[in-house]
Amino acid sequence: MLKLRRRPRDFADDMASLIDLANPTRFMRFSAALLPWLAGVSVLLLAVGLYLAWFVAPADYQQGETIRIMFVHVPAAWLALMFYTLMAVSALGTLVWRHPLADVAQKAAAPIGACFALICLLTGAFWGKPMWGTYWVWDARLTSVLVLFLIYLGIIALWRVLDEPSRAGRAVAILTLIGFVNVPIIKFSVDWWNTLHQPASVLRVGGPSIHPSMLWPLLILALGFTFLALALHLVAMRAEIMRRRVRTLTILEAERLDRLAAQAVPA
Amino acid sequence: MSRAFLAILQRDLVLATRAGGGGELALVFFLTLVVLVPFALGPDLNLLSRIGPAILWLGALLSVLIGLDRLFQSDEDDGSLDLIRSSALPLELAVLAKGLAHWLTTGLPLALAAPLLGLLVALPAEAMLPVSATLLVGTPALSFIGAAGAALTASLRRGGLIVPILVAPLTVPVLIFGVSAANAAIGGTIPFLTPFLILCALSLIALVVGTIAAAVALRQAE
Repeated sequence: MLKLRRRPRDFADDMASLIDLANPTRFMRFSAALLPWLAGVSVLLLAVGLYLAWFVAPADYQQGETIRIMFVHVPAAWLALMFYTLMAVSALGTLVWRHPLADVAQKAAAPIGACFALICLLTGAFWGKPMWGTYWVWDARLTSVLVLFLIYLGIIALWRVLDEPSRAGRAVAILTLIGFVNVPIIKFSVDWWNTLHQPASVLRVGGPSIHPSMLWPLLILALGFTFLALALHLVAMRAEIMRRRVRTLTILEAERLDRLAAQAVPA
Repeated sequence: MSRAFLAILQRDLVLATRAGGGGELALVFFLTLVVLVPFALGPDLNLLSRIGPAILWLGALLSVLIGLDRLFQSDEDDGSLDLIRSSALPLELAVLAKGLAHWLTTGLPLALAAPLLGLLVALPAEAMLPVSATLLVGTPALSFIGAAGAALTASLRRGGLIVPILVAPLTVPVLIFGVSAANAAIGGTIPFLTPFLILCALSLIALVVGTIAAAVALRQAE
């Protein structure tokens, strides 16, 4: 379990604990303790949120029951962007601070972010068909989310073609940072180009324009999905650390066998 | 320092123009793509002239992407990349020289050939020069964004499709403003200069960001 510090925490402490976590063994212990909590909170929030979204939130006066797609669509969109941002911060961690877990965090985040981008696109298509009359339009926001999804796929592809993890990590970090230009474009696309997708209605100047009866389920679900994504991220990071250990052990074993073979054959 | 820069530039230009260099291959590929389009769409000249700028831009984009994976890989294979890395010339300038050579041997010929290929897609005569101009100022962006992608995969033995996959999503803004400037030239509601200047800006940004990112990537891959 986590130990509580008695001393008031200061900045040096925070830095120290970040460095502590850089040790993969400590990270494994820390994440093992944290994981059930994250998963539990996410299950709880998702259960409450889904109940509210299905049974409590009213149907929209114009859109009817299809408004409920929003409760998955919007959190997925937020998380797709959040995970890209997380990857960009990890990329800085890899390139600037050389934090040993940064590229692990980045590698683990890519498929999760890609999934949320895909969920966002698919639910958007299902919502678009009854509301706009089409599954897909080349609207600025739809297009930029699709490009985000493609960048995710490119990042995953680059991870897969470079087999040496630390080198792959640095290459992907550079690509991630270059691709980050797309994130502000997605956020502001609905303001810059006045096309079909509606402008922001939750995070906007002057407060949310969405009714509280729908806002609360949305926020609870968004939080629930966030905890779910973070839990999945921790699991993926742990799996990646294990995978690297196996890789290192395999290489060491191969080297040992090589040495044995060299000793067995007299020169 | 400028001698080393010019030496790299000259070497890449010579390599690209000699047999097997691939400089003229991009041009032939461009021609092939533009020729294929009427077969796919049907020889309706009205339709072709309307989407002509888009065809030319798409052809140029694919022609630039297709040869990118060899930009640094061939240097990595024969060891000259190690020499460039260890020389006194800053790696950024070396990348700039290589990117410039790439543009001179692919982007520039494509832009110059565009009016000729414009005839095939029934581009109006007064649009030839503006479309060519958009390719002229837009293709450097493709070369330098591409250089960053190529640098990331320099050490790969089997690059192949990965570079176009990495680079293509990043070229979307260039394509958008390139085509909208070209379309503005054949008549439209927006003035030609607005998207054209944004295209110029994108090229300048790519020149700086692409060069630096490629240099960082090549250093990391050591």
